[in-house]
Amino acid sequence: MGNRRVVITGLGIVSPNGTIVSEFMSSIQKGKSGIRFIENLKQLKFSCQIAGYPIYSNSYLNNYFNSIQLKGLNASGMEYGVISGIDAWKDAGLEINQSNIPLWDAGVIFGTGILGVDKFREAIHKVDEGKVRRLGSNTVIQTMASGISAFLGGMLGCGNIVTTNSSACSTGTEAILMAYDRITNGKAEIILAGSTSDSGPYVWGGFDAMRILPYKYNDNPTEASRPMSATASGFVPGSGAGALVIESLESAQKRGATIYAEILGGHVNSGGQRNGGSMTAPNSEAVIQCITEAIRNSNINAEQIDAINGHLTATSKDSLEIQNWCTALNRKGDDFPYINSLKSLVGHCLAASGSIESVATVLQLKENFIFGNINCEDLHPDIATLVGRHKIPTDTLDYSPNIIAKASFGFGDVNACVIFKKYS
Amino acid sequence: MTKEELLSKLKTIIEPYVQNQDGFKNLSEDTDFIKDLEINSANLVDVALDVEDEFDIEIDNDAMEKMLTVKASIEVIQTKLATK
Repeated sequence: MGNRRVVITGLGIVSPNGTIVSEFMSSIQKGKSGIRFIENLKQLKFSCQIAGYPIYSNSYLNNYFNSIQLKGLNASGMEYGVISGIDAWKDAGLEINQSNIPLWDAGVIFGTGILGVDKFREAIHKVDEGKVRRLGSNTVIQTMASGISAFLGGMLGCGNIVTTNSSACSTGTEAILMAYDRITNGKAEIILAGSTSDSGPYVWGGFDAMRILPYKYNDNPTEASRPMSATASGFVPGSGAGALVIESLESAQKRGATIYAEILGGHVNSGGQRNGGSMTAPNSEAVIQCITEAIRNSNINAEQIDAINGHLTATSKDSLEIQNWCTALNRKGDDFPYINSLKSLVGHCLAASGSIESVATVLQLKENFIFGNINCEDLHPDIATLVGRHKIPTDTLDYSPNIIAKASFGFGDVNACVIFKKYS
Repeated sequence: MTKEELLSKLKTIIEPYVQNQDGFKNLSEDTDFIKDLEINSANLVDVALDVEDEFDIEIDNDAMEKMLTVKASIEVIQTKLATK
């Protein structure tokens, strides 16, 4: 694809099962779920009254936002995105720019599906009451989609691209690839890439209405998210943010930065909502093309892939996804790579899923493990015919993967696949 | 309400928006919100809304435009309180 090698030098996470990277890693290794019952969803008569959402105290925000920014802050996605982004930046050993000169070679690509829904609700009520003049100055900045990249860009003083991408559930993976493209092509040295997704009934309600969320697990939430299981009955909604500092190898080496992994390449495409693809379903041909093109431009062979971090949401489409991986890689049975889905532990974090799951994927490469899938002891029979049982671990494996493929697919028939490699 | 009480309440309101703490320490009637305190001009709207809440008054657009200094703000508040 490009010419320059690109690496990952910092990670940040605000996940339903951990809001700092070390806690998150421990959770995914132990199979600790972040999915909980939410009383408010019950009061509001949701069918699915459970979700994955990050937990921290209000005072924690003082470490990231100043008093002006905190005044009237009512945008959970903004909180998650800023916390994960600043954490990743610091983890990479980068300083907050205190000078008056922007960092011309550093940018932010931080995606979201929708931002500041609770703030927007607040504004709608005031407008409808004829009190538009009472909105204050912070309604726009908390509800514009690019509010998250704007906040981060300003806090860090970035002078390169500062933008927000949006492609439904492939948003986070797409952001990483956009950063990769820009750096490999020499247009930037460092990009804070990631994605965030708000919590709450106004984000999740539309999915509840589509009847695609599980409604029989309100009493045992940690068992609800069942990717690849015969009893999978829909995705559990989630929220949070993941952030990765993506950097040219040259810049990382010059700084003496810790390198988590290398990005070899990747691809994004769309099935055009043709040939089985629709607003909500993937065109398999496009999924397969996305994976094969990612492999091709990464200059590897499909046989070199040691593990897959799938999209695998716990719907009836899981079997189709596995079938598509088998076709794209031309591998099956015991020859199939290890495969896991983070959604069994945190639910489907929507626009944030690609970045949160990429953080998990990169940790596997750096720390030598494959985290186990919970809730798929009863493997779906269609999947069992395609993949050897031991390739879908239910407990965390002590294993040293060299190359992991990560894919995300989204509404609108959009796909993204990135190839990560252990750095050497 | 005495002028001192009013000034004290105004100081509490503007404090979170102040970006120049030296200017805030030396606050006087002549202090300019933007020049001396480096309050972001977008936040002047929020100062006015906070003043409305604190004193239970309504500040119209014309009055809001005048509230650029401590002195002008006190005058606006006093006028609105007198007509309450």
